[in-house]
Amino acid sequence: MAEAGAVAVAAVTNYEVDLGNLMAYDPSHHLAAASSSRGELREECLRKGTELAQAVADALFALPATEDRDGPMVHLPPLTTRFPREKHLPKPKPPTKWEQFAKMKGITKRKKNKRDWDEQTQTWKRTYGYDRVNDDRDIPIIEAKATDEPGVDPFAQRREEKKNRVEKQEKHRLENLKKAAKLGALPSHIQLAATALPITGTKADVPKKSRKKDLEDVAGMASSATASGGKFDQKLPGEKPLKNPGKHRKFLPVVEGRGMGNQEKQQNDKILNALLAKSSDDQMDVGKAITMYKVKKEKQRRKEKETSSASNKLKTQKKPLKKFVKKKA
Amino acid sequence: MVAIRVPKSQRARRELLKHAPKLVETGKKTLILHGTKTSAVLNSALADIFHLKRDNAVKFSKKNDNIRPFESGGETSLEFFSLKTDCSLLVYGCHSKKRPNNLVLGRTYDHHIYDLVEVGVESYRSIESYVYDKKLAPKLGSKPFFAFIGEHFESVDELKHLKEILLDLFKGEVVENLNLAGVDRIFVCTAISPTTVYMTHCALHLKRSGTSIPRIELVEVGPSMDLVVRRHRLPVESLKKEAMKTADHAKKMKNVTKDPLQGKLGKVYIPDQQIAKMTLANDVKGLKRERREAKKNKEHSKKQKMNAE
Repeated sequence: MAEAGAVAVAAVTNYEVDLGNLMAYDPSHHLAAASSSRGELREECLRKGTELAQAVADALFALPATEDRDGPMVHLPPLTTRFPREKHLPKPKPPTKWEQFAKMKGITKRKKNKRDWDEQTQTWKRTYGYDRVNDDRDIPIIEAKATDEPGVDPFAQRREEKKNRVEKQEKHRLENLKKAAKLGALPSHIQLAATALPITGTKADVPKKSRKKDLEDVAGMASSATASGGKFDQKLPGEKPLKNPGKHRKFLPVVEGRGMGNQEKQQNDKILNALLAKSSDDQMDVGKAITMYKVKKEKQRRKEKETSSASNKLKTQKKPLKKFVKKKA
Repeated sequence: MVAIRVPKSQRARRELLKHAPKLVETGKKTLILHGTKTSAVLNSALADIFHLKRDNAVKFSKKNDNIRPFESGGETSLEFFSLKTDCSLLVYGCHSKKRPNNLVLGRTYDHHIYDLVEVGVESYRSIESYVYDKKLAPKLGSKPFFAFIGEHFESVDELKHLKEILLDLFKGEVVENLNLAGVDRIFVCTAISPTTVYMTHCALHLKRSGTSIPRIELVEVGPSMDLVVRRHRLPVESLKKEAMKTADHAKKMKNVTKDPLQGKLGKVYIPDQQIAKMTLANDVKGLKRERREAKKNKEHSKKQKMNAE
């Protein structure tokens, strides 16, 4: 930790200076005897603090300074000590359905004016809001067409159509939000209701609902239990046909390319070993033995790494709370 | 039953947009609160910390009795408050007979607890008890210097963790350009034993010296306390890896090189041919069809010949 960003060599010792954080660290200081009084401790700390502060100031004032109206400004180097973020990195929004369509068709956005010329009243009117251009409610007369049925109110029809359009738009908006929320890129002014996510734990702890595809696959998995591989199983109406019906038979290739070992020889060896072995312990699957050994070694190595890196003194209690609490010294 | 909540006013919307995750993060906000019982020392300690971080800290005054940071279920309240106030640094004080003057410093990631350090406050001297020249008083919001003294900060895990958290807590905004006239405070932390840190806050007095670099003098102004590390909780490895990700790892385009003569170059890799797994190239059905058609044509031409003759 605390790698030197810009190492300032003090007169006696080497301090580690992180200029981006305005920090100086003296790793080689041993405090004098613990019996020193409070006042002496203070003095010592202040003295050492002054030295370190001087080291930082030396490095800081040595940077090229530009004159600003408040005073000299320096450009700090990037930090050496890394801090964790407070929030996740922002994920880019997935394109909405309309955006995808527009990209495919090559439709670009065009700016609308705030005011437009209204032919009916021969004035400039705003494009949205109160008293707008081409308002649906301002149409006084709708001429009847030959295709119109008698008894149908065209004004009500227009209102109906508008309502349908608005509903469709709302539905699409919600679908777009759901798609964004699934990817974790929900726009930040929109909040999910409190019941949607658990408060503690990370997002990975939220149990995912099983997808339709998974449920369909489960039915197919059971077919491997039958002798013919699910080929003659009775299917419910509406169930999709199996993807890989029938028994899986594997044949050795006619031409063997470059590879590990002769497959036919291995097959024969396996059968011979099984036949000629006097007990089941005699035959050894060399490949399997190697894999088991490797896995065991890996686990050991991982465990050793964890125990050596974790602190020995105050280990965090990972076990669930017991009924009685052990008193620590 | 709507699962999505949209703010009804533009002001609420703007406030929520301020809480959005940013690519490059500037200062973190601090939440200061206390538990069921606090002592006089703890009260003044919390007040002083709030005073030091006035601009970007929130201090709750009510007592909260269902917060137990080191227990698995006891941090829901803390996370909820962190979510509502948009604070990612927590300072929680509580006093009990077993842990007197207890202060828990914590950080959150995405409003879930990232790591915690529990310290006990001893030999506390508050800001009021210091007498000094008021002209030297450090201004609010200035970027502080830090001085860490002692080898224990490197060798002992708890002190390493405490150092990280103290840096995060007091460093203020992350800025690129610093005004040299505005440096006026320093936090001096000395590791006096493998479990204790003596922390004090001083003002910097820049004195004129011969060179362009001023001579520094420390004047104690702020709170000074002994922090005894009691417990700590390091972040989970997966969470730590995610939190330490930085924004500037742009996607590197692999396999593309630019040649000044030939322009953009890339290599095409052809994988090994798996002869054992390849199907035969001759279309067997097609072969049959070809033979069939060839036979048909031969018959046809034979017939034509016979007809011609």
